[in-house]
Amino acid sequence: MQNSILDLDQVSVSFDGFYALTDLDFKLYPGELRSIIGPNGAGKTTFLDVITGKVKPTKGSVKLRGKSIIGLSEQKISRMGVGRKFQTPRVWENLTVQRNLELTASPTKTPWALLTKSLSSVVREEVFKIMEYVGLAPYAKLQAGSLSHGQKQWLAISMLVAQSPDIILLDEPVAGLTDDETSKTADLIKSLAGEHTVVVIEHDMEFIRDLGAPVTVLHQGQKLTEGSLEEVKRDPRVIEVYLGQTDEH
Amino acid sequence: MKLFKRLVPWILLAFAFFILPAMANSELFGFSQFRLNLFGRYFSLAFVALGVDLIWGYTGLLSLGQGIFFSLGGYAIAMHLLLVTKNDFTTGANGLPKFFENYGVDNLPFFWEPFWSFPVSVIAVFLVPSVIAGFVGYLIFRNRIKGVYFSIITQASLMVFYHFFNGQQKLVNGTNGLKTSTTEIFGLVAGSDEAQILFFRITLILLPFAFLLCKYLTSGRFGDSLVAIRDDEPRLRFSGFNPTPFKVIVFVVAGGLAGISGALYTVQSGIVSPQFMSISMSIEMVIWVAVGGRGTLVGPIIGAVLVNYLRSLVSEALPEAWLFVQGALFVFVVVLMPDGIYGWFTKGGFTSMLAAFGIAKKTATYPKVDVDESLREESFKA
Repeated sequence: MQNSILDLDQVSVSFDGFYALTDLDFKLYPGELRSIIGPNGAGKTTFLDVITGKVKPTKGSVKLRGKSIIGLSEQKISRMGVGRKFQTPRVWENLTVQRNLELTASPTKTPWALLTKSLSSVVREEVFKIMEYVGLAPYAKLQAGSLSHGQKQWLAISMLVAQSPDIILLDEPVAGLTDDETSKTADLIKSLAGEHTVVVIEHDMEFIRDLGAPVTVLHQGQKLTEGSLEEVKRDPRVIEVYLGQTDEH
Repeated sequence: MKLFKRLVPWILLAFAFFILPAMANSELFGFSQFRLNLFGRYFSLAFVALGVDLIWGYTGLLSLGQGIFFSLGGYAIAMHLLLVTKNDFTTGANGLPKFFENYGVDNLPFFWEPFWSFPVSVIAVFLVPSVIAGFVGYLIFRNRIKGVYFSIITQASLMVFYHFFNGQQKLVNGTNGLKTSTTEIFGLVAGSDEAQILFFRITLILLPFAFLLCKYLTSGRFGDSLVAIRDDEPRLRFSGFNPTPFKVIVFVVAGGLAGISGALYTVQSGIVSPQFMSISMSIEMVIWVAVGGRGTLVGPIIGAVLVNYLRSLVSEALPEAWLFVQGALFVFVVVLMPDGIYGWFTKGGFTSMLAAFGIAKKTATYPKVDVDESLREESFKA
């Protein structure tokens, strides 16, 4: 039995008595690709907040490679190899595309290193390769704020790739993308899995099917069920919570 | 052309350094020693403006307490000058600076002692403000205080320092401040024309160094991370950066620049007083940067010199009108020139200013289909 890279055990998060997560168990193994779905308010984003240190769980344990990460700051957890893309594409709008990527790709993240050392040519080339791959190379010198929504999504994902964390958490990576871009994103994510451990939160079922990964369904802060998309879709409880939302199939 | 653009600031600087003192000497074009001295003060204010630009323009933290560091620099140099000068105007009967007599102080307060030494005093001019900025900054930033709360805390700190200096007659002559114009430095009386020209030149020699320091800080990935803090700080945390040391460093540098600024301003205006720590003074510093162009390094220098020059001109013509003009200037800049004077020139600001009045098109539309009727017809056919 392989050791899990991420292990949530009986995690609850309460905001003034309202439970966003209730006794959630979740395990992730290295190299795995996992999709998480669930209706609005199911606690998907809170789940990511707990892993990345933005929210401290009210109870339960969160372990990264067997070590508890509860109470650590966001930047410490990030340096331990957890990267996150937010629901809205959050990029630094007044920096150019290239500089957005170079900043996240910086191997050392202390002020002193940023002042005195220039970026190695290996990292520079890596950044350029990523830009080529996602088609942002022509916009390298353009301010990120002037990109379209889809391009910002791509840039946000690219920044994660450049940061190259062990665990990549993607919150709605294809929101607002065209069908073409969506399938390209699916390819990119599949190529990331294996080397990285990837968690994808999405509403787009087409996209989830493209990924072909095991699906975890969250509902009211709890894990409803787990399995392949087909299995999950047959589950009557899932149909119930998604009633009225499953007509796309 | 590009080379020329890069040379312009240096040419202006050389002009100010060599030609202005000569003009003042011979009263050419009505330019007098008095004017030269005023320009020296304006340029010394450019240092504090550079600091405000670093902390506010680049990092997005609006500090309303730069007056603290400005005054501390001024007090440091003034204390030194008062101590080492021995003449009838500044020295009292007991050998201490004269104001101590008024309050019956016979022993020099302990914190005056280090200021006997010139090197120590010069270092203290930027070190004392930097250390205090570092201490205050660390406490504020570590607790993730930002935005308007940061502004309020810095302003409150300013009030604390103001009242402390204002009330301590026996230590720093309270509200009267320390007068440096009758002191002696390098064998010259600080208020004399020769010394003032010297101060003017020292200011102009130091200014490029301050500029280059800021340039060094803002051009590389360190500068990028400052802009990243301004744009989206949590995102930077999730990328593995701890923003706190970045912000502390910038606040320390801004504090040091303010200290140098205060020292140069003090020797050129002849006095340092708690008035430098008034709330309005620190807000004016922000206005200079906004007017000149925040987020650029040339902007704050232009802003500090131009706004203060304008202030002199307006005050000479209509003594009561300046505050109205300043308010109008600030509103004008915020509404119509968000990038300031410098940004206005470099970013084609005239068209966007017309756009604010609804006269001109804001930007070229893309794709062209939206404006070009013939293109639309083509696409319908297809």
